[in-house]
Amino acid sequence: MAYVAVKGGERAIRNAHAWLAEERRGDPAVPDLGLDQIREQLGRAIDRVMAEGSLYDPDLAALAIKQAQGDLIEAAFLLRAYRTTLPRFAHGRPVDTAAMRASRRISAIFKDLPGGQTLGPTYDYTHRLLDFELAENQPPPDAPRAAPDASPLPRVPDILGREGLLEADGPADAEPGDLTREPLSFPAGRDVRLQALARGDEGFLLAMGYSTQRGYGGSHPFAGEVRMGEVSVEIEPPELGFAIDIGDLTVTECQMVNQFKGSKTQPPQFTRGYGLVFGFSERKAMSMALVDRALRAAELGEDVSAPAQNPEFVLYHSDNIEATGFVEHLKLPHYVDFQSELQNVRRLREAVERREAAE
Amino acid sequence: MKGYNFAYLDEQTKRMIRRALLKAVAIPGHQVPFGSREMPLPYGWGTGGIQVTASVLGENDTLKVIDQGADDTTNAVSIRQFFARTAGVRTTTHTAEATVIQTRHRIPEETLRENQIIVYQVPQPEPLYRLEPSRVETKRMHALSDYGLMHVKLYEDVARLGQISISYDYPVMVNERYLMSPSPIPAFDNPKMHQMPALQLFGAGREKRIYAIPPWTDVRSLDFDDHPFRPINAHQPCGLCGATDSYKDEVITDDRGGRMFVCSDTDHCERRRAAA
Repeated sequence: MAYVAVKGGERAIRNAHAWLAEERRGDPAVPDLGLDQIREQLGRAIDRVMAEGSLYDPDLAALAIKQAQGDLIEAAFLLRAYRTTLPRFAHGRPVDTAAMRASRRISAIFKDLPGGQTLGPTYDYTHRLLDFELAENQPPPDAPRAAPDASPLPRVPDILGREGLLEADGPADAEPGDLTREPLSFPAGRDVRLQALARGDEGFLLAMGYSTQRGYGGSHPFAGEVRMGEVSVEIEPPELGFAIDIGDLTVTECQMVNQFKGSKTQPPQFTRGYGLVFGFSERKAMSMALVDRALRAAELGEDVSAPAQNPEFVLYHSDNIEATGFVEHLKLPHYVDFQSELQNVRRLREAVERREAAE
Repeated sequence: MKGYNFAYLDEQTKRMIRRALLKAVAIPGHQVPFGSREMPLPYGWGTGGIQVTASVLGENDTLKVIDQGADDTTNAVSIRQFFARTAGVRTTTHTAEATVIQTRHRIPEETLRENQIIVYQVPQPEPLYRLEPSRVETKRMHALSDYGLMHVKLYEDVARLGQISISYDYPVMVNERYLMSPSPIPAFDNPKMHQMPALQLFGAGREKRIYAIPPWTDVRSLDFDDHPFRPINAHQPCGLCGATDSYKDEVITDDRGGRMFVCSDTDHCERRRAAA
């Protein structure tokens, strides 16, 4: 008989995974990639995986990147699946980004400002020419050093806010929502929206933010400030009654300042869009700020017409772990549904043929 | 498995899911939001079903996992191994032996019993999503039993094609109250849901919804008096066991139009062949 039943799924899976492991290692003559090498030399990949994996741990991110052969969404998925098994022993206090030990801080709206502008380790203004010396493992030239500048870095929105030109930040009274415990529901508060965006896919946010610049829900943004650096994480155990520092995070923060014409109840003033992302992820922080502002359209009495202004559209589709799973599930067998569609189309065609024959 | 709780999920998470399940059973066909967790399997590959199974599974349970009706499809194998590894429960391919059956896209041919639970993997719990993408809107429509949109869709099918053209994931009315997606099972399986003695649980992990049909509940496939519900199946008998009353897969046997039809429910087919 020609028909061979699809048996042996178990063995097939085992063998496929063994092949994968061998393929992951590549040519054994080439030295094995160390996690320290990934952590130290693929920093932007680590940052992206930590941000989308929603877990700040550069060592685990390095392991995930190695295990996923550099597939960053797969790596973020590995981190997420690990993160969900971890117990929660405390809640952090809000990080104070004004107290950031910044290695980069720029404002596009003031030429100079208290604390100054610091470019930091940026790709901006590099010429995108492949550096063939890098391929020859040349050590980098020494970077000039300056004494650390301890002058305070007030946030640009705070400077604008003093004059009342920028809307005040909402009160931070209520306990923020947590998407990883409670499912998304609508209307979604800004706390939950920002959490979803911070975990969201960089490419998706980039495209959504970009769309607002091309006329799909424009909000006239200015990069009020972008800063990147270390902030302290503090917890306040109830039995202690005071906060203790448990470590540092590197984060990128973006404050967009957007035009607003005012309404019946509010005078003309600038409005905010906010982005905060683990690691050095400026593209994502800026995109997030654009999308955050676009999602506030309804609250500010603006027309809601563009995809980036539609909270259901943005929040249900920003998570790349959900998206990749569901898109790729199409490769699972669908014999049964397809079979019923086949029979259905045959039945519909028979009906048409009968009708045509009768005419 | 070392380092993990019985059946993977921690007990607090299971309790949260069981609460959602109880609510779901109390309101048949109603979608209950739940705090779906990230699972070590991808979304869309059965994370909802896995979380429900993990929450109802006990040490003495016997688990059967099927995908497309078959126990040996790769994803069914993978999920069965997941529970064998994390819960150490007994697994089986025999429908009658199982106390919990997790399924994707089929209901077994053998009639289920009162002391069995069938857990469906659900990709899209919202039956109205093709007609109204906003979940804020569909939630309102469910609250008001405002299902006119679906009836219009079925009517348009009849007007244009002379018949209802939905062949799988065919919408059902549960307990004459909630419109429900039966998950992408073939419409052929829909009648099995009606007055089923077993408890039917539905888990949608990515969409973070759980719903249920308690035993002995009315489940009606939507239709019209003059266009009654008609399940779809191949006319040909099974090429292996000769069954005429089971749902069949079409298997292409050569590149010259050769094909055969075989039972999609592998356990059913094997049992019939063993008995013959």
